[in-house]
Amino acid sequence: MASPIHLELSRPQLLISSVVTSVVTGTAAEAATAQSPGAEMPQNSKVSMIVNDERHEIEVDNRTSLLDALREHLRLTGTKKGCDHGQCGACTVMVEGRRINSCLTLAVMHQGDEITTIEGLGEPGNLHPMQAAFVKHDGFQCGYCTPGQICSAVAVLEEIKAGIPSHVTSDITAAAPLTTTEIRERMSGNICRCGAYSNIMDAIVEVAGTRA
Amino acid sequence: MRAFTYERASSVEAAAKAAASNSQARFIAGGTNLLDLMKLEIETPTHLIDINGLGVDKIEGTQEGGVRIGALVRNTDLAAHETIRRDYGLLSRALLAGASGQLRNKATTAGNLLQRTRCPYFYDTNQPCNKRQQGSGCSAIGGFTRQHAVVGTSDACIATHPSDMAVAMRALDAVVETVKADGSRRSVPIEDFHRLPGDTPHIETVLEAGEVVTAVTLPPPVGGKQIYRKVRDRASYAFALVSVGAVIQSDGTGQVAVGGIAHKPWRIATAEAELPRGAKSTADALLADARPTEQNRFKIDLVRRTLGAVLTEARG
Repeated sequence: MASPIHLELSRPQLLISSVVTSVVTGTAAEAATAQSPGAEMPQNSKVSMIVNDERHEIEVDNRTSLLDALREHLRLTGTKKGCDHGQCGACTVMVEGRRINSCLTLAVMHQGDEITTIEGLGEPGNLHPMQAAFVKHDGFQCGYCTPGQICSAVAVLEEIKAGIPSHVTSDITAAAPLTTTEIRERMSGNICRCGAYSNIMDAIVEVAGTRA
Repeated sequence: MRAFTYERASSVEAAAKAAASNSQARFIAGGTNLLDLMKLEIETPTHLIDINGLGVDKIEGTQEGGVRIGALVRNTDLAAHETIRRDYGLLSRALLAGASGQLRNKATTAGNLLQRTRCPYFYDTNQPCNKRQQGSGCSAIGGFTRQHAVVGTSDACIATHPSDMAVAMRALDAVVETVKADGSRRSVPIEDFHRLPGDTPHIETVLEAGEVVTAVTLPPPVGGKQIYRKVRDRASYAFALVSVGAVIQSDGTGQVAVGGIAHKPWRIATAEAELPRGAKSTADALLADARPTEQNRFKIDLVRRTLGAVLTEARG
C-alpha cells in the first residue's frame, strides 16, 4: 500500500473555480512549485500507468478522469467521451484486464495499472479480429460509440469464457452459454445512437464463432 | 467538479481517523456513484481518501458457516463467486440485474449499499431537495413521482434506495461490519443500517463520521428457491420500478424483501408470515402503510403481481 502521495502545490486558489476545470484538467503544463513537508496537500498528483504496453508518467489535477488523462494528456483520442456519467459506454477501456467506464474513475486512482485502449487492441493494417469484424459487418454509422463497443465486445467474450454469469443466464451455477441473448444483455452498457445494434451483434457473433 | 486533495489510506484505522478529522472528506472506492455526483456538484468533498488498497476485498467463510464479503469486493466478483452462486443465488441474481458490465466491474459491495438515490430532483441542483440541502424542501412531492417511494415516506422525502444488491442482502439477513474512527468495531444488521427519511432525509445510514464499512456477512445458507425478479422500463441497464427478492421454502414459508418502493429495502416480518397464504395477503401486509401518489399508485399492484410471479416460479 502506497503512502499518501505528496506532490507539488499548484494554484489551489484558481482550481477552486469549477469554471476553469476543463481548461486546467486538460493542461499538463500546470506550473508546479516545490512544497515543504507539512504544507497543505496538493490538488495535483503524479501518476504512472502502463497504457497499451507503454509506461507513462503524467501530472494531473486530481479531478482528471482516466478518460481525460488518456485523451488530453496522452493524446489517445480513440477512447470517446459521450455522456461522461457512465451511462453510454463510449469511454470503455480495459484496466487490469477488465472493462470499465473510464469517465467514472480518476486517473490518480490508477497508479501502476495496466490499461488497454482501442489503440492498444489493434491499428490500421493490423486490426484486432473484433475491429475487423466491425468493419466487415458495418457495425456503426457515425462511429462515435465504436471504440467503446469494440472494447466492451472483446471483454464480453472474455467474461463468458471466464464463466461469469449474467442476468439472462438461466442456471447461474453452470457455465454461461455463448448465445446472442447473453451477448446482448452483456452489451447493454454500450449505447449506439445510430442504432447499429444488429450489425454490432453480427460482428461480435462472428468473432465469438457462434450462430446460437 | 470542485477541486480536492487526495490521499491513499494505508489501513482501515487510518482511513477512519482521516475521515473523522475532516467533515469535507469522502472515501472513494469504485467511485462510480461518487464521481458522477461530484461532476454535478451534488457531492462537493474537498478531500478524497482512496480506500482501494485496504485489502478488505476477499470472500471467506465465517465460523458460523456463513460468508464474509469484504467491503471492496467488486459486484462482478461477488456475483460470480462459486459460493454465492451456489448458496446465495438471490444475491448473485440481484447483482446481475443491476447496472452494466462495466459498472459492476468497478462498483464495490460497500459502495453499492451506500449509493445515493436516483430521484431526479436530487440530481437537479436547480431545485430544492431536503437530501441535498437540509430543510430546503422536497421538489418530488407534487412533482413527477412515477419512480418514487410508496411506503416509509415522509413529508420531507419520497426518494427510493436504488440498489438491487441491498434488497437481496435484506432478505438474506446480512450484517454490516464497520470500524469507527476510535478503532472500535461494530456489526449492524442491514435492517438497521439504512434509515427511513423522516425529517432528516440527508442522513441515509447509521454510519458515524469516519466510520468505515469493512465487510458484509451473511448467515449460513438457508436453501429454498432463491429468486430475484426486477420490473423496469428496459430489459437491461435500468433501475427497478419494483423488485422482489425472495427465498421460498418448500412449505411455502420464506423471506422476502422489496426494492424500488421505499427509502430502504422493504421487509416486514408480519407480511412474511403471510407468504404461505399467497401474494395478495403478503403484499397487503407489506404495503399496509403505503401512501402512494397518483403517479406511482401502480406500484401497489405491481408489488402484488411481481410477488405472485415469484411465488409461482418458486412452486414450479
